[in-house]
Amino acid sequence: MKHIVLIAALVAPTFTLANPDPSDWDAVTAEANGQTVYWNAWGGSTTTNDFLAWVGDRVLEDYGVVLEHVKLTDTADAVTRVLSEKQAGEDDDGAIDMIWINGSNFAAMKDADLLFGPYAEQLPNWAVVDVEGKTVQTDFTVPIEGYESPWAMAQVVFVQNTATMPDELGSMEELLEWAQANPGRFSYPQPPDFLGTTFLKQALVDILEDLSVLQTPATDENYSEVTAPLWAYLDALTPHLWRMGRAYPATGTAMFPLIADGELDLSISFSPGAASTAITNFELPDTVRTFVLDKGTIGNASFVAIPYNSGSAAGAMVVANFLMSPEAQARAQDPNILGYGTVLNMDALSADEREAFDALELGVATLSPVELGSVQAEPHPSWMTRIADDWAERYGTGQ
Amino acid sequence: MLRFLPALTLLAMLGPVAAGLWGTALPAFGHLPAASLTGPSLDPFRNLFGWAGLGAAVRLSVMSGLIATSVSLAIVVFITASWSRTRSFSVLERMLSPLLSVPHAAAAFGLAFLIAPSGWVARLLSPALTGWDRPPDLLIVQDPLGLAMIAGLVVKEVPFLMLMTIAAMGQAQPRRSLLVAQALGYGRLTGWLKTVFPRVYTQIRLPVYVVIAYSMSIVDVAVILGPSTPPTLSVQIVKWMSDPDLSMRLTGAAAALLQLALVIGALGLWWCGERIVARLGHRWIMSGGRGKFDTPIRAFSLGLGSISAFTILFGLAGLAVWSFAAFWSFPNVLPDSFTLRTWGRHGPDAIATLGETFLVAGIAVLLALALVLGCLEAEHRSGRGLTRRGLWLLYLPLLVPQTAFLPGLQTLLLNLGADVGRLPVIFAHLVFVLPYVFLSLGDPWRSWDIRYATVASALGARPSTVFWQVRVPMLLRPILTATSVGIAVSVGQYLATLLIGGGRVSTLTTEAVALASGGDRRAIGVYGLMQTLAALVPFTLALIIPTILWRNRRGLHE
Repeated sequence: MKHIVLIAALVAPTFTLANPDPSDWDAVTAEANGQTVYWNAWGGSTTTNDFLAWVGDRVLEDYGVVLEHVKLTDTADAVTRVLSEKQAGEDDDGAIDMIWINGSNFAAMKDADLLFGPYAEQLPNWAVVDVEGKTVQTDFTVPIEGYESPWAMAQVVFVQNTATMPDELGSMEELLEWAQANPGRFSYPQPPDFLGTTFLKQALVDILEDLSVLQTPATDENYSEVTAPLWAYLDALTPHLWRMGRAYPATGTAMFPLIADGELDLSISFSPGAASTAITNFELPDTVRTFVLDKGTIGNASFVAIPYNSGSAAGAMVVANFLMSPEAQARAQDPNILGYGTVLNMDALSADEREAFDALELGVATLSPVELGSVQAEPHPSWMTRIADDWAERYGTGQ
Repeated sequence: MLRFLPALTLLAMLGPVAAGLWGTALPAFGHLPAASLTGPSLDPFRNLFGWAGLGAAVRLSVMSGLIATSVSLAIVVFITASWSRTRSFSVLERMLSPLLSVPHAAAAFGLAFLIAPSGWVARLLSPALTGWDRPPDLLIVQDPLGLAMIAGLVVKEVPFLMLMTIAAMGQAQPRRSLLVAQALGYGRLTGWLKTVFPRVYTQIRLPVYVVIAYSMSIVDVAVILGPSTPPTLSVQIVKWMSDPDLSMRLTGAAAALLQLALVIGALGLWWCGERIVARLGHRWIMSGGRGKFDTPIRAFSLGLGSISAFTILFGLAGLAVWSFAAFWSFPNVLPDSFTLRTWGRHGPDAIATLGETFLVAGIAVLLALALVLGCLEAEHRSGRGLTRRGLWLLYLPLLVPQTAFLPGLQTLLLNLGADVGRLPVIFAHLVFVLPYVFLSLGDPWRSWDIRYATVASALGARPSTVFWQVRVPMLLRPILTATSVGIAVSVGQYLATLLIGGGRVSTLTTEAVALASGGDRRAIGVYGLMQTLAALVPFTLALIIPTILWRNRRGLHE
């Protein structure tokens, strides 16, 4: 069988190179061997970088795929890159083979036909993905249709230093009251940073009574009315933010040193295990804990997508598949490594595989799945785009 | 072959600039076939002027450029005026020269570690003097006026202008003028300002213009120290250029042209300022005042110069401490304990990146050296020196804001099908390396006594033999210095690496700035330190190698 595949690959290299068929997994792995995959992923977090490096070691070992982590400051850079390549007619071997992506960047790329696929649901490990319980087939309400594959679950948690802020908060309203009483001790990353926009969404979701409107695209008619309470809320909150809202941390991890130094008592994270990981890395004091709101918090999945012009799509699929393997997922969930939520369905795993997950010590600051409570759905990306633009207009340019 | 080198050099320097500006101009007027947009249209400018942050962003760019340049120039002029030919001056000079090679980003990180409310200065004073057991909620770094960013630019531009001034003094022959002035009863400072400064300024005018253009359009320092609500125009241009929404690129291109216009406008403004200062200065000289305030200004300028030098040094020390720090919270002056963990985690990656950094820098500098030495030798053999216009051309790539032409160059390179990666990055670096290598090598090369060549020729040596066996060995020290300057320039390049390399080429600078957004101070410490070493080690080698090589020919380099 393998010989036939190899011969086929040799006889018709142009065909197989241009379009590896994800359902023919042997052909994919055969083609992937020796390929170099340039994975463009945010490079601001050391722990993530280390995990990606480990993935690189593993796929090289098992499949002969060379993984290069191209460290981005902003995922949009990668999107732009693919767009400029399309513009320049570079359709066969672009600079990017894989992107860590979700939300509006995915929507933009899918919309502009910049993605390779569909491939995700043909990957062997898709069989153990929790399709029922986790939002892995829609991304911010946009149907994925196999154009990206999930590798981590994220959920908003609030990060508090219990040494200086003993009490948990149950709602956005309580957060406002607390900020008014403790000015300068809370901040969120500056939108359009994804965690910053997530905070805005979290505020909106917590304030609104009827959330169904957020599941459909924002329209000129309903946008102002729906978001009015959010702006009222932010107008009240902003003067009590760190630096009175005249400066914001660049990203979520940039808030860790601020907590460590006592500048902030409270911040927000999209990774339930990140605080525990940061404690072990000396980045946070061991008095830090996390909590979620009474009504629950927003959650979503992180995905990888393959640009349409990747010259190493087979290699990228091998990496994507490896990321969904029980081995990689258990490692990602280890708070000493990364502390990301798994996308897998525990019931679909063998006892041995499940054991690796059960054995994990989640860490002092990590909530258990039960404590994390219910996950609120991401609004349609059109809301976010408009809110981020409006935010920039209202708070991002006024100094 | 030698005849064509000057033209080739110009092409290597100006070709990418011109092409990049063309690549920027097209989308600025609505022409971007990739997004199925064909111009001409003025919509990009309409969108740009509709952006609420434009006023503040423009003000920030212009003010930071003009203020940083004025302050740096003032510090340099007053120090030189009141302290040249003293022991303090030679100490300062020796300190400033290596500081020149410290990359901007590393200096900016160091400054941030010092002056932030939770920085080293506050830690030293707290809680004993300030009563703070938590950092105060003060907007020091990222302040809306851009003062932190201006400070970051000043500490880096002072060494640059200082060295330019020292070089210029060689030609201005200040000693005799100063003796005459002092004999007439002028104070040292006033006498220098009245008799030497006008001549020195003519020499350093172009470097001053470079500082203006550079300070107005720098991205990495502005990202680290500048405000973000809104950021400077250049930072915003990079943001627009990387927005997933393609139409934003048009706005970014329009903003890039605006940036170019702003730099031209600021240079014009400075030019007018020069005229005014010249007129006022003339009146001041004629008034015959002997200088009443010399003493306080002398002390003040030395203070400022030392602060600017120590800021960089302590900033680097801060990077070093953070890179070895275990848990370290405010207001402790030092970490709870030290650990090698951060170096263990980042060291191997940083060393691999160091290799890439040196590969790019090495090839770019070798190319630059070949071109520059060729040009200088051609100049020597043809007997035609660099004209005034030639000097302007040399400075041109440094005067055009990077944010105006690099994004356009990226688009054009892709259109040409040029392979993304190392090679285009090397050529992009060459654009910036060439002028500096030329400038640092030009004067020593020309001041070489050509009677050596005459003697060698009389002994039967051909021109190429004279070049390789007499001139190059004798000028080894300036050649190595130019090499180290070129390496430092290449190591410090941020935008050229980021945009042209398409992310596939990562150097210590791009890695360090990428880490800046994540705020992991330990990792930033490792990369900032490595970045500094990458620039400093060649500089040190340039000092040591000739001494070792010619240890029994000491007269050769005097």
